[in-house]
Amino acid sequence: MQLTLGPVLYNWQPDQWRDFYFRIAEEAPVDVVVIGEIVCSKRSPFFTGHMPDVIERLAACGKRVILGTLILVSLKRERQQMAEIAANTEFMVEANDLTCLGSLDGRPHAIGPFVNIYNEATAAYFARRGARRICLPPELPMDSIRTIARALPDVTTEVFAFGRVPLAISARCYHARLHKLSKDNCRFVCEKDPDGLPVTTLDGEPFLAMNGVQTMSHACANLLGEVGDLAASGVGALRLSPQRCDMVAVACVFRDVIDGRLTRDDGMHELSRIYPDVPFANGFVHGQPGAVFVAAGAGAEPRARAPQMRDAVQ
Amino acid sequence: MELICPAGTPAALRAAVDAGADAVYCGFRDETNARNFPGLNFSAEELRSGIAYAHNHGVRILVAINTFARAGALDVWTRAVDAAVAADADALIIADAGILDYAAQRHPRQRLHVSVQAGAANPDAINYYMKAFGARRVVLPRVLSVPEIAAIAREVDCETEVFVFGGLCVMEEGRCSLSSYATGQSPNMHGVCSPASHVHYREEKGQLISRLGAFTVNKFAAGEPAGYPTLCKGRFQTEHAAGYLFEDPVSLDATAMLPALRKAGVTALKIEGRQRGRAYIERVVRNFRKTLAELNDGVTAPPGDLVALTEGQSTTAGAYRKSWR
Repeated sequence: MQLTLGPVLYNWQPDQWRDFYFRIAEEAPVDVVVIGEIVCSKRSPFFTGHMPDVIERLAACGKRVILGTLILVSLKRERQQMAEIAANTEFMVEANDLTCLGSLDGRPHAIGPFVNIYNEATAAYFARRGARRICLPPELPMDSIRTIARALPDVTTEVFAFGRVPLAISARCYHARLHKLSKDNCRFVCEKDPDGLPVTTLDGEPFLAMNGVQTMSHACANLLGEVGDLAASGVGALRLSPQRCDMVAVACVFRDVIDGRLTRDDGMHELSRIYPDVPFANGFVHGQPGAVFVAAGAGAEPRARAPQMRDAVQ
Repeated sequence: MELICPAGTPAALRAAVDAGADAVYCGFRDETNARNFPGLNFSAEELRSGIAYAHNHGVRILVAINTFARAGALDVWTRAVDAAVAADADALIIADAGILDYAAQRHPRQRLHVSVQAGAANPDAINYYMKAFGARRVVLPRVLSVPEIAAIAREVDCETEVFVFGGLCVMEEGRCSLSSYATGQSPNMHGVCSPASHVHYREEKGQLISRLGAFTVNKFAAGEPAGYPTLCKGRFQTEHAAGYLFEDPVSLDATAMLPALRKAGVTALKIEGRQRGRAYIERVVRNFRKTLAELNDGVTAPPGDLVALTEGQSTTAGAYRKSWR
């Protein structure tokens, strides 16, 4: 089972962004790092300068670097940026939209969780056109994950396993709207919320998190309890989505639980310590509301025994 | 510009045809379409007779098979495709690339439209659907301004269809899991958003509280009109402010944008609302038919009298005006 570090979804300060990846490169037991601004194209100029150094460091430390593309592409400038990324042949590209899939056609590429692959026919269609890695949409239940992963043994099926869940994308910037600014003159107010801006109900109950044009869950997805089931289902990689917490430690916990060095319960306890104050959720994979957390063993069926887990090489 | 009208029942289909629709879109009574509401939609037999009625009046029928097929149950979606083709549908509106691929391979002469749920928001994505599946028309997501739509229409060799009236998605269509986060039921998988089965109302201290699943979506003071708790149009709070953080409880009305949309080269105008009753459909379709006729005669469209029919009873031109963003 591989571990993938997903792209930073928030607007982090460029130096912090760089230092985060330097530390990931040197210390995090992740196999793959997806990098690049995929939420808002206005943010990318700030850390573009750091990109070569970060990529070089990650590669030098043995991480496989994949370049992520924008989720929603509507401006001409954005299309040009996507075309430039797709033209890159040094690194694999992860498409989050069909915009650059035409130019990736026929050469190995990855597909991110924002392309709607809900079934084995659609996964097979994209695999025939060169998709080697597919990160499935976070709302898929285990039955669907299993059916897709088993139908495509030659493709690395990846599942969103840790982090606030990206739930929606819009043309409208909610951060700008909240601060009574226009999107074009947003003053990059989203940078004030490097872990998302908590959105509560009128009762004060935590519900969502605002991240510019993206709306995320308040709860943090956590499939640590399901790693055995996911491996048994043929899932080849787990995606850890960067939060404002010690992501090196998060990756270590997942690695240790996968490799049997740490029990699931101890791992869960560790994650609560590393990322406190944010509830965990795993409802989607259990076919329930995504905000729900289903405790291990609460299901009607006995949990499948984890088989010998080995790294799939892609 | 063509006028594309919704029908959730055979009666609504006939009403739309009689009121002057150029085409009517509808779906099967199952999870294959994005308005999978109780009591709505068509059996294969109802679709056949609906198509016969429409064709007798020179009106086309577009069949929406626009959810994403459930893994392990592909036959539900492929059967829907086969049934729509067999019923002589004029076009299929599909969102799932795998189902588009099936339809293109199995029924190469069938006209295919890319559903709004596919979120094809720029010429590159649209060209992908045209090249890969031979799609002839794309329904544009409600994230684009009119100048952007014009640029797309200029650049692609594909017909464009845009929503002009009815429910307004604030998030890009086909890429929103807000509903399933709160209820487990999603537009993409189940064809429902913020489903009524998960809505609860209760009164507390003189306020009416609307909840969806386990979350409060809105609170209304006594006498304040209480809208349906669609998630993205609820009232929430942050440390900075409370209110309609994502969108007010408004509907889309792009009547005022019709001249600009025509100038932009848009092929077809779409009215949302397969879940709405026959009277609504008849009135909205007649109104738009009249407005379009006036537009063709060079008359500037007067303000519509449709506001009373909208959800939330106030309207917006949505993303068509750039300031919306």
